[in-house]
Amino acid sequence: MNAPARPLQPKDYASDQEVRWCAGCGDYAVLKAVERVLAEIGADPANTVFVSGIGCAARFPYYVATYGFHGIHGRAPAIATGVKLANPELDVWVIGGDGDMLSIGANHLAHTLRRNVDLTLLLFNNEVYGLTKGQLSPTAPLGSRTPSSPLGSVENPLSACRFALAAGARFVARGIDTQKDLPAILRAAHDHPGTGFVEILQNCIVYNDGAFAEITERAVAAERQVHPVHGEPLLFGAERRKGLRLAADGSGLEVVEIGPDGEGMEEVLRHDRTNLALAGMLAALEPPMPVAIGVIYDNPAPVSYERALRGQEEGERERLGEADLGAMLRQGPVWMVTA
Amino acid sequence: MAVVDRVQGEAGEEEGVRQPLETAVVRFAGDSGDGVQLTGSLFTLSTALAHHDLTTFPDFPAEIRAPAGTTYGVSAFQIHFGGREIRTIGDRPDVLVALNPAALKVNLDDLRPGTVIILDTGSFTERNLRKAGFTEDPREDGSLDAYRVAAIDISGLTRRAVAHTGLTSREQLRCKNFFALGLVFWMFDRDLGPVIDWTRQKFGRKPALCEANIAALKAGHAFGETAEMPQLPAFRVPPASIEPGLYRAVTGSEAMAYGLLDGARKAGLQMTFCSYPITPASPLLHVLAKLRGYGVTTFQAEDEIAAVCAAIGASYAGALGVTSSSGPGISLKSEAIGLAVMTELPLVVVNTQRAGPSTGMPTKTEQSDLFQALYGRNGDAPVVVLAAASPADCFAMAREAVRIAVRHMTPVILLSDGFLANAAEPWRIPDLDALPAFPARFHTDPEGFAPYARDERLVRPWVRPGTPGLQHRIGGLEKRHETGEVSYDPENHQRMTELRWNKVLKVAEDIPEQELEQGDPGDRICVVGWGSTYGPISRAVTTRRRRGEKVAHLHLRYLWPLPRNLGDLLSGFERILVPEMNKGQLVQLLRSRYLVPAIGLSKVSGRPFGVAELEQALDRLSEECP
Repeated sequence: MNAPARPLQPKDYASDQEVRWCAGCGDYAVLKAVERVLAEIGADPANTVFVSGIGCAARFPYYVATYGFHGIHGRAPAIATGVKLANPELDVWVIGGDGDMLSIGANHLAHTLRRNVDLTLLLFNNEVYGLTKGQLSPTAPLGSRTPSSPLGSVENPLSACRFALAAGARFVARGIDTQKDLPAILRAAHDHPGTGFVEILQNCIVYNDGAFAEITERAVAAERQVHPVHGEPLLFGAERRKGLRLAADGSGLEVVEIGPDGEGMEEVLRHDRTNLALAGMLAALEPPMPVAIGVIYDNPAPVSYERALRGQEEGERERLGEADLGAMLRQGPVWMVTA
Repeated sequence: MAVVDRVQGEAGEEEGVRQPLETAVVRFAGDSGDGVQLTGSLFTLSTALAHHDLTTFPDFPAEIRAPAGTTYGVSAFQIHFGGREIRTIGDRPDVLVALNPAALKVNLDDLRPGTVIILDTGSFTERNLRKAGFTEDPREDGSLDAYRVAAIDISGLTRRAVAHTGLTSREQLRCKNFFALGLVFWMFDRDLGPVIDWTRQKFGRKPALCEANIAALKAGHAFGETAEMPQLPAFRVPPASIEPGLYRAVTGSEAMAYGLLDGARKAGLQMTFCSYPITPASPLLHVLAKLRGYGVTTFQAEDEIAAVCAAIGASYAGALGVTSSSGPGISLKSEAIGLAVMTELPLVVVNTQRAGPSTGMPTKTEQSDLFQALYGRNGDAPVVVLAAASPADCFAMAREAVRIAVRHMTPVILLSDGFLANAAEPWRIPDLDALPAFPARFHTDPEGFAPYARDERLVRPWVRPGTPGLQHRIGGLEKRHETGEVSYDPENHQRMTELRWNKVLKVAEDIPEQELEQGDPGDRICVVGWGSTYGPISRAVTTRRRRGEKVAHLHLRYLWPLPRNLGDLLSGFERILVPEMNKGQLVQLLRSRYLVPAIGLSKVSGRPFGVAELEQALDRLSEECP
């Protein structure tokens, strides 16, 4: 009865609510990508829940024709954890921005990732606070001039993917709002049995237009993006004549130019999505190096958090057999008072 | 109640003659490493088996292992027991066991002349005296002259009694609590058997330690029998008349856990209990974490906010979300409780209150979070507020909290406190199957579904995600009436604010009318209490009534909404006295709500009211308005 009669199309996952993001906001593209993934995986709208915090991105649940919970600032991962604790069968997506998830709610993000709750968690990073009108965000570059930092920021920004890896995430990916294969990245995150974490570089047309232009502009994209594919060499550039190798001093990755006859190819690292050390180096790449876009790390744990908890509880119930609370209360140090 | 009142002139008792006592208060005190809490719980077990009614209270330092010998490292355990109904932990001890000078120092102020003090003189070294802050040895400077001091080298006698067991000297000394226990057992004519059995079970794997503890226990008992010290009286306390049945001792935390579990079961729901460690609320998490085979998932969250948010998420998903903390943690949860008000989901929030503000005194009790429970959120955010009156009452009120949260789709704050959580009393184990059920109802019909449509109680439908055809979105933004869509419409906000307010007020139709614990509506004075002041108020009022005074006792378990007949009931009394362990929060609520001339009585020392303090307040009230 839950299965839809005919396969749902991406548009079937749009709710009847009017979308209220600014015209040209990157969020529209992400919404389309998510709708496509939902259609691809044949998501049952009744069994799907979108949970969000506060911010522009956090309006997302209103626009999807599934169950939705628009929470409070920063707390979406905690609310979503509760949903999964109560019903592990629900397919739960968590949506938030960089302020939501890396500032006020960074604690919840870290702990949700280390616990490995089975969620698909999308962090829309536009490096600015949009809904509150343009203040400094935790991912904003040093020197950012905003209404709350008119003299320029003197804070070091946080890297979302490095944060996720450090917290113990078992799936870390980075995408771009308007990227053609964003749905494939989201799909991979969704398929991961545990927390699938995706940082989406998202343009804020009003308060931070062009924040990622040095990565995403057509003219530079090939040079400034590396798309890791499991088992394939880490090549980039318009002609794919550049590769990434381990720097001789061990400090990280460096660029190697591939010669006309393939010279240098043997030094180019092959992507291994289960290699945590490599994932750390890829996640750290920043311009002028190419920025890693795609699945950086994907190394599933044997069991997700809520399944492990349920397993313990089933074990306890088996151990107890028919014993109920009433029987338990009659065990241990009890005494009978007679008339 | 004082021993001295009843035993004066009987110091030279004959051997074998025990002085009769209706009730007794014994306080064990020593260093936090002296095993005082264990001693107390074993004495409690023996007391229950002797068919006395009882109440106990542990009083331990906030520091886990405070430096030995210091006053702030003193751990104590008090038990009040006897041949009648016991409602308090007892104002003052009749017998103090002080295992070191610091334990004597911190308890001296609580003693009355004539109190029996059992001192371990073996611990009265110059160094320990100095650490306890004594400039002179109190045994020699006359400061103990008013008491009956049984100065016994418990340390030395224990060592001698257990020397044969092969324990190290240090280990031998750790048995001295069993010597003291044996001695007190002799004082109250107790059977050693059950405690010996317990010791064999507990320490069975460490035969030397097991044997040593039993040897020390017997040695202490034998010492009492043979010492013939006039300062060391023997007592006979009659058994209480107790309702027949199977009993166990419960702390408030345990009773709370069992009540929540039974409530969830009676609602037909899995419980998701989400908490973050905080004194004195953590024992509730510990008890439930051990009972995960009985229908509860426990989640130790990364912080207080995550705990309440996960509980809300669980309720949204169709389980019973429960979170628990103490005042500082409840402060952190405030925003999320507002979210539960807005989303109109069931949520139980247990606040085991402690002395504040800020970190305050974590191990000391207080009732100063009533205003926080009633008003401590942004916006007009009404919730239901309940309070348990005794450790065993935590069971009933936890069930009530679940029932109301589920039936009325509302957060319920259930107030306990550090005293209730840790105090223990005998509990007649109820027949759980005979307790009423209140099954939760989930909406499943897509026909005409609206997430914020309301029934006659103004309650919106609860829908489990996973239910086909009922997909909808909820959240913290203001909702349009019925449809639940986001709305900033001014008239709608007025309407929704009133609906949320009236929905909680309507809970008053679903709770019992207020009754008097003692007395009649025509009495002159009414003592109104809430929470853990139940015991001392009840005892003080009983005493007054026996003297023929027209004093009634009214105890509130429902603090919001207030019982529908409360205003009428209160208006019948000339004087209303409201004792509270805060600066006067309930008294202000009653005055503003009912315009009654209630008078507050405030105590914020971190300790429960003594019966005598309440009686003095009643005396003053009588003098002021004869």
